[in-house]
Amino acid sequence: MAWLPEPVERLLNEALVGELTVVGRHGEPITHPLIPLYDGEHVLMHSSTLFSRKLEHIKRNPHVAVALSDPVALRGLTDRATIIGTARIIEDDPHDQWERLILDLWRKKEPVIDAFLKMRVALPLFFERAVIDITPERCLYWAGGDTSQAPEITSAPREAAA
Amino acid sequence: MPPVESRDLEKLAEYPFLVVSWVDDHDSPMSVATDFSVDATHRAVRLRTTAGAEAAIPTDRTVNVLGSHIRPTPGQGYDERRYLQLWGTATAGEDGSLTFTPTRAWGWDETEVPFFEYSERSVPQSRSYLAQLSAEKGRTIRPRLSLGWLLLRTTRLPFLSATAVPVLLGIAVAARGGAFDPWLALLTVVGAALAHLSINVSNDIFDTLSGADAANVNPTPFSGGSRVLLYDLLTMRQLIGVAVALFLGAAGVGLLLVWITGSMTLLVIGLVGFGLGLTYTAPPLKLVYRGLGEMAVALGFGPVMLLGSYVVQTGSLSWEAAVASVPVAILVAMILYVNEIPDRVGDAAAGKRTLPVRMRRESVITLYLAASVLAFVVVVVGVATGLLPVATLLCLLVAPLVWQVYGGLQRFYAQPYALMAVMGTNIKVHAYTGGLLLIGYVVAIVARLLSS
Repeated sequence: MAWLPEPVERLLNEALVGELTVVGRHGEPITHPLIPLYDGEHVLMHSSTLFSRKLEHIKRNPHVAVALSDPVALRGLTDRATIIGTARIIEDDPHDQWERLILDLWRKKEPVIDAFLKMRVALPLFFERAVIDITPERCLYWAGGDTSQAPEITSAPREAAA
Repeated sequence: MPPVESRDLEKLAEYPFLVVSWVDDHDSPMSVATDFSVDATHRAVRLRTTAGAEAAIPTDRTVNVLGSHIRPTPGQGYDERRYLQLWGTATAGEDGSLTFTPTRAWGWDETEVPFFEYSERSVPQSRSYLAQLSAEKGRTIRPRLSLGWLLLRTTRLPFLSATAVPVLLGIAVAARGGAFDPWLALLTVVGAALAHLSINVSNDIFDTLSGADAANVNPTPFSGGSRVLLYDLLTMRQLIGVAVALFLGAAGVGLLLVWITGSMTLLVIGLVGFGLGLTYTAPPLKLVYRGLGEMAVALGFGPVMLLGSYVVQTGSLSWEAAVASVPVAILVAMILYVNEIPDRVGDAAAGKRTLPVRMRRESVITLYLAASVLAFVVVVVGVATGLLPVATLLCLLVAPLVWQVYGGLQRFYAQPYALMAVMGTNIKVHAYTGGLLLIGYVVAIVARLLSS
């Protein structure tokens, strides 16, 4: 069920980079710049098995935060948001499951991905990927991007967060 | 994780803002973007305070700050990718300001570690992740490529140009003398191609066993092996199966040619070629590990291939074929030689004492120029002495490319990925020279046919 405020959905739909924060092995925060995708309900990120430590961290602790903060990556939008949620890793078949789940969304944001996919033979492990499926639970939104001001906070309706 | 250095703070200062993150009391992460300034004197970062109960940067726990320049270029990917994250604690001043004191740092800057190298260094992580995933799922999960791409990658098929040049030239030299059997020519091409591919695959096996491929974190499309074992695209058992199948195919075609032609000379040439191919990386000789790899390749992809093809057609050896094989031999050895330049660190670590490992930078570059020029001098001398047809002088048109490669080596010697274009040009030097020598022979053959 979609519940994120419309301005945050707009940020998600525009963002070419967001910052995913996970909890590391020793309980420390670790942040990874990744491209966020949005299917109208979940935030979808993905990771190559080459850079899969974040996936291991999420399996230990599925709580994550996604910051949308860079006006350049947001294609000129200056608003900012942080989405708090729970992630699950979809990794039954890292070879092509991600293509079925997110390639269309990825392609819409980055049409160049098709050209890279054609060169899969050059870097095969890069395209062995897992999907990070994030169910948003709470959202902090800063209109205009000034985080020295308190954010507007929205929480998921009970059934969506369940 | 490495401790923080002054350089880290200098780099951090280049980012326009930071994303600050922490883990709350419920083990859930939180992040917020904020402005900042670096206080280099105190090795600290002044953070602009953030507002709101949930978004206020805490002072009682580990905090992570991230500066990121993963800047998308729509339709083209990304440029100048880099990010840096620091861990430490934040303290509040009396005036309410926040000071972050970092203790650990981690980051990536593609100008220092190119993306391909970063990826290669991460291969063990991928293997470990997939092994763990296989254990979790109770089935083997491995990376895959489609069969066509896997065959291309495993056999390094595009390198067949190194075989095509001497084989076709050997056939052309024979045809100029009036000996040409198209079916034998076809069998020769097939047998030589199988032999070449089997050598490629067996070299991969021995380079993986020796650790040379794993030690090389700067592979390029022209160097560093197929890496199918390293990436776990194939198992060792499967790769040995491919190598054996190709060797058997090559040996079968070779023996068939010996049987058809009845030439013991061909058998000897075939055995020499087989020996060179196998001992190139295989113990105990391991020619390439002793600085003899370039010589082995020159012999194998020069005289052995060219004279072998010639003997299939004529049943005997000739000075003309021998001389024609020399420029081809030198230039194919130069392909290997230049391709070994980006591999030299990994090769040295694995005890592979190639010429670029043994020699100084200046000597390596000078030897490239001298050897390549010698290849063209041999053609000129061959024509001057009447051994080679005049039209083979066409190959001198390629000489400027040698100069281009020489310049590229001087500029990019220590930059593996920038060297890729230079390696590509160097492969063209061999292929184009071989092609023009071949055209020279075709011109001579046509002239002979017209005059007869």
